Amino acid sequence: MSGFMGHEPDGKPGQPKTVKEWVFTLDHKVIGVWYLIGAIASFVVAGLAASAMRLELGSVGPDITDNGDIYNLWLTMHGAVMILGFQIPALLGFVANWAVPIMVGGKDMAFPRVNAMSVWLLWSGILLALMNLVIPDSYNGMWTGYPPYSLTDAVGNTALYSSVVVILGMSSVFGAVNLACTVAFMRCKGMGWFQMPLTVWCVFTANVIQLIFVPVLAASVLLLSLDKYLGFGFYNPEVGGDVLLYQNLFWFYSHPAVYVILLPFMGILFEIFAVSARNDVFNYKATVWSVIAFIPVSSDVWVHHAYVAGLPDWLRLLQTFTTLLISLPFGLLMLSLTGTMYRGAIRYTGPMYWAVGAFFMLIIGALTGIPNALSAIDYGISDSYVIMSHFHYVMAVSGGMAIFAGVFFWFPKLTGRMCNTFMTKLTAVGFFIGMNIVMGPLYFAGMEGMPRRYMDYQMFADNATIVSAQHWSTIGLYITFVSALLMIVVWLHGAIAGEKCTNANPWGSESLEFTATAIIPGQGNFPTPVICPEGWHPYNFIDNPKPEFEPHPGHTGGHH
Amino acid sequence: MKVKSLMHKVMGAMLALPLIPSLAHAFQAAPATRADYNGWTPHEHWDEVWHETMWDITILGVVFAIITIAFMVIYVRKGHGERGKLPQLSPQAKLGWVVIPCMLFLGDDLFLYVKGFDLHNHMRNVPTNAVEVKVTGSMWNWNYVDANGIDTDNELVVKVGTPVVLRMVSDDVLHSHYMNRYRVTEDLMPGRITWEWFMPNEEGESVVTCREYCGTMHSGMYGTVKALSEADYDAYVAEQAASVPSVTGVASAATTADKI
Ligand code: HEM
Ligand SMILES: [Cu+2]
Ligand SMILES: [Cu+2]
Repeated sequence: MSGFMGHEPDGKPGQPKTVKEWVFTLDHKVIGVWYLIGAIASFVVAGLAASAMRLELGSVGPDITDNGDIYNLWLTMHGAVMILGFQIPALLGFVANWAVPIMVGGKDMAFPRVNAMSVWLLWSGILLALMNLVIPDSYNGMWTGYPPYSLTDAVGNTALYSSVVVILGMSSVFGAVNLACTVAFMRCKGMGWFQMPLTVWCVFTANVIQLIFVPVLAASVLLLSLDKYLGFGFYNPEVGGDVLLYQNLFWFYSHPAVYVILLPFMGILFEIFAVSARNDVFNYKATVWSVIAFIPVSSDVWVHHAYVAGLPDWLRLLQTFTTLLISLPFGLLMLSLTGTMYRGAIRYTGPMYWAVGAFFMLIIGALTGIPNALSAIDYGISDSYVIMSHFHYVMAVSGGMAIFAGVFFWFPKLTGRMCNTFMTKLTAVGFFIGMNIVMGPLYFAGMEGMPRRYMDYQMFADNATIVSAQHWSTIGLYITFVSALLMIVVWLHGAIAGEKCTNANPWGSESLEFTATAIIPGQGNFPTPVICPEGWHPYNFIDNPKPEFEPHPGHTGGHH
Repeated sequence: MKVKSLMHKVMGAMLALPLIPSLAHAFQAAPATRADYNGWTPHEHWDEVWHETMWDITILGVVFAIITIAFMVIYVRKGHGERGKLPQLSPQAKLGWVVIPCMLFLGDDLFLYVKGFDLHNHMRNVPTNAVEVKVTGSMWNWNYVDANGIDTDNELVVKVGTPVVLRMVSDDVLHSHYMNRYRVTEDLMPGRITWEWFMPNEEGESVVTCREYCGTMHSGMYGTVKALSEADYDAYVAEQAASVPSVTGVASAATTADKI
């Protein structure tokens, strides 16, 4: 049997065996796995929606549908489910819940019951969102939900949209309080703030951002429902409201939200780079401060999503500057990632393949963000495929590859088994090449004027660049699709029939989830409370002192 | 002691680094006033800044990628027990590796910011000789009423050599008026008037699309801009006046703003 939860010598009873135990679990690792399952299921649903759109866009004119409402429904589902159902739950759900408590040497999250509530709120949010595919008045207002369109009848069920966002937002806020307390109070004896792995720092910072900004998002979408169903007029100019209020509120949250995704996935990259190169993270403390710097920097750039929305010119110019300033902390993070390779001893494991792919996509994605930062350049590319291509590189592809890298990295700890190495690498290469073919040509289509959210482009039918970019992009989809499908097969095969781990630390990490736990960590994670010896550091691969354990009452001998 | 104070001086000098690109730009004799933009259309200016930005990010990306690839190739693990040997940084080096890269990034940011600022001023200051066209967006149609009172749907006819300012409002939901050839976009919304201007400098037709999602037929909300020579344009106006007699009476003085 290769259940997710272990059996290993931690000696504590109560691993889930029945469905009931799985569902009512309070163990942060089981909850983390529930998040992961939800995230991957969301990726599949949203990926199918993406494939449908891509097929429709393959050539001019209707390919698989001529119904705008259907395309818009796919697009709404794709964007919303990828962000709210896949990436945030994978990073702030799975990584935060499964990995962070063990990485800081804690035996669980600070508030296990709140944790269970968060995950089930997430699942109810996802199920509610999926209902959008079957209800008659399905909501098609995109994940951004801009009024006045979202206040019309044509948009469908706005209440569903607000409810999904509020429910997922509550899940996030509970999760964020919980995680922040876990990092602050559950660290094992001896672990100082600057001895925490960067993954922990990144997830922690992302959760602080969530705590500050999610309430603004919740308010902005609740006002939508008040406007639409109860006739309030926050966004209605006829009664003195303002349509722009929504965009300001929405992006005040949703720009920081991109760092909520970016930071944790870069955290995964740091972990995998350092472990694969068996090298110290370059300038660790400065890197930590760069991560923290994202909190203030992210709060003052939201106008770059609304450069063409009629906001005052001085504000556009001001936020062009603050937006460019993001390059400072971000550049330092990239520098640390590269620096971590310097004089390293790099081993190209399966997870490392995915991480390297994510890293190069991140270079492209980040640099293509620079032109978008200039308000005047945005006048020519706003809401075009240039933007589409940029955010897919940085968030969808780099973020996605980093998440999958993380899944492969922690897979042995989840299942006690290894994924097939060759197939792990092959799918990484396939996904990388495929996604470049999907998103690369679209950048050039965007420069020719191809707008986002268009189900067809007959107005550009004689523009050879746009037509062939769309064509190649659809061909790239096939490669991506097969690679993503194979990746899921590799996981399933690994979980059921993969080679059994004989070593609790297959990648040679120095972090506690590998060095201080059993092959599959049991309940409580550590046999007895773990202690970080003085001078211990997660990225010291040369002479790191071994973690110690408090003596077990009535039991002699330590771990193993 | 001596080394340390030297370090501090070097670091202090580094703080001046970001000024270099901005100074370089200042020497480039960029147009500083509105009058200087004459004859240089905003979309040509846009293309120039776009290309410079593309060069900028390409060079950055290639340099960075090459360094990383070199590390990734050179530092492959040889033996089973090999460990990374990243040198310990001194406190000064730690600080230096923050301050100097930040100064370089900031320098590039300022360089681009100045270019963008210049372009922004060009695109957001309407020439005094511009003619006004009133634009109304609705699901899913572009309506234009020009200064002669000519009212068209999904076709904007303009005269080469005369700058045009569009004063725009929406009848229903958000739309966004984007002219592919003229590199300019601005949203339309109910309750506010927004504007964009452009300079038709060559005869020909180009595409208008909607760039803010506006429902089922968002992708069907497109039209054309026709830029006509002076003679053709006059003929067009005369023809319109003949076919729709009522428009001749509308004084060209009536600006969109009065009407909204
Ligand atoms: C796996 C392969 C993927 C493909 C082939 C793909 C394809 C697409 C396509 C065709 C569009 C619509 C373009 C348009 O009509 O404007 C789109 C939009 C979008 N995608 Fe993806 N995508 C993929 C992965 C992802 C991932 C992993 C994310 C994660 C965040 C993501 C986030 C988005 C978002 C936010 C939008 C915009 C939705 C909107 O305009 O409201 N995509 N994608
Ligand atoms: Cu529109
Ligand atoms: Cu539209």
